[in-house]
Amino acid sequence: MANIIDDATIEYVGILAKLELTDEEKEQAKKDMGSMLDYIDKLGELDTTGVEPMSHVFPVQNVFREDVVTNGDAREQILANAPEEKDGMFVVPQTFPG
Amino acid sequence: MAKEYETVIGLEVHVELATKTKIFCGCSTQFGGAPNSHTCPVCTGMPGSLPVLNKQVVEYAVAVGLAANCKITQYCKFDRKNYFYPDNPQNYQISQLYLPICRDGYVEIETTDESGEACSKKIGIHEIHMEEDAGKLIHDDWEGCALVDYNRSGVPLIEIVSEPDMRSADEVIAYLEKLRLLIQYLGASDCKLQEGSMRADVNLSVRERGAREFGTRTEMKNLNSFRSIARAIEGERQRQIDLLESGEAVIQETRRWDDARETSYAMRSKEDAQDYRYFPDPDLVPVYIDDAWIERIRNSQPEFREAKRKRYREEYDIPDYDIEIITGSKHMADIFEATIACGAAPKKVSNWLMVETLRLLKEREEDPEDIAFSPEHLAKLIRLTEEKVINSTVAKEVFEEMFRADIDPEEYVTEKGLKMVSDDGALRSVVEEVIAANPQSVEDYRNGKEKAIGFLVGQTMKAMKGKADPGTVNALLKELL
Repeated sequence: MANIIDDATIEYVGILAKLELTDEEKEQAKKDMGSMLDYIDKLGELDTTGVEPMSHVFPVQNVFREDVVTNGDAREQILANAPEEKDGMFVVPQTFPG
Repeated sequence: MAKEYETVIGLEVHVELATKTKIFCGCSTQFGGAPNSHTCPVCTGMPGSLPVLNKQVVEYAVAVGLAANCKITQYCKFDRKNYFYPDNPQNYQISQLYLPICRDGYVEIETTDESGEACSKKIGIHEIHMEEDAGKLIHDDWEGCALVDYNRSGVPLIEIVSEPDMRSADEVIAYLEKLRLLIQYLGASDCKLQEGSMRADVNLSVRERGAREFGTRTEMKNLNSFRSIARAIEGERQRQIDLLESGEAVIQETRRWDDARETSYAMRSKEDAQDYRYFPDPDLVPVYIDDAWIERIRNSQPEFREAKRKRYREEYDIPDYDIEIITGSKHMADIFEATIACGAAPKKVSNWLMVETLRLLKEREEDPEDIAFSPEHLAKLIRLTEEKVINSTVAKEVFEEMFRADIDPEEYVTEKGLKMVSDDGALRSVVEEVIAANPQSVEDYRNGKEKAIGFLVGQTMKAMKGKADPGTVNALLKELL
């Protein structure tokens, strides 16, 4: 494997993804990420001069909605997805200490 | 000798667009609904939901870009900006990083040069991109938790990123005013800072005058009035200079302005990890804006303030100061023009707007955008005073009612019996009574005290309950004395 993921990187990626990994999982993730990067490096070997960068897999563009209200009040269904509800709102942990 | 410092400022301005629906779903954008009553699986980030772009958002973004002299990115697309925060239910914000819809523009502002002379200056626009707003967090200190209302989640925004071209708070405010007017004239947003439909983040650094390199900048958030922007700029400039003077370094960070305490504090850097891992959003297909579309938007641009100002000067005989105030609000300019179209004289319309309207707006702490009376009613009121159906005191009273509840002045005057008494005989007998009841004033007047007549006019007006023309009363008194 050409790409070696160090402990600091896996730690940082874990923070960004809000994942708490065991030491074993970290080792596995380091290997997986390394091989993914190897694969990308492999793709990078291709000569792409003159090829337009692709930003979407389908040759489709300009899919629009008109600016017309089509949704009504679906509060009950939407709030049914909340682990906890109060006063018609989603309850989440405090974002900064009050 | 003390070093001289120069302040370098760039702005990120977020503007909520005036669409009826959200950017990627058919939920209403109306403000003030019950919490979460304008939400659906798309704007609450439910797995499997599919966002579809609101065409009007593209139209508004292009219109603003053209008004700000930008190049339109004809092939543009959306990217995901990844971060975790409870106001962002998808854990990413749909935005544009690689191909923002507008680039390389500028707006011109009026400022002063180094010698204090008035001059105009171009402020560069780096880019404008389309993105979605986040939900609203309400902190529940009692329960030690936060509550989320996703009504605002998915409301369309454009973010206008300037070049670091501004050098003072005055220039920043002139730039914001300019953007606000362009956007309001386009009808793309109401741009109210207090209500959050226009928000500005200030990027600021200082450097020694004459230096070529920029200093380290900070970003200031939570500025919701022109006043707090000006104070935050002055405060941050001084804070950075103090650091440099004491041999310390400015740290690149995001700071939050506390308006009540008039100071700022650094936001915790862990919360603010600036690693958004952008990538193209696979749910949204690219947008291609062809020449014809751009031309159609260009051709439907409104008459902007500069052109309006010039036309008013040529067409209407009103003072420049009035023109400045009236064209300073698209809504006010619309009312002005519509009232004239109903047949009222420009000078009269301008007077009602400049005096009574501004007075009542100030009294109620409202903006010109909040004016709710109809031009037809103002035209009617002007006609009623011109035809001497009501006098100016009564007109002011009727205007207040009109301003408050947009009543029809004609109906109101009839209903409340406010018409002036034009019957000469009735007025004459009241004047005679007043003369009989005030012998002292009558004698004073006859002895040459001209002022005494004023008292008698007042007494007559009072007896007539204000429903007489003071000029006619004055003439009648002179005749009878």
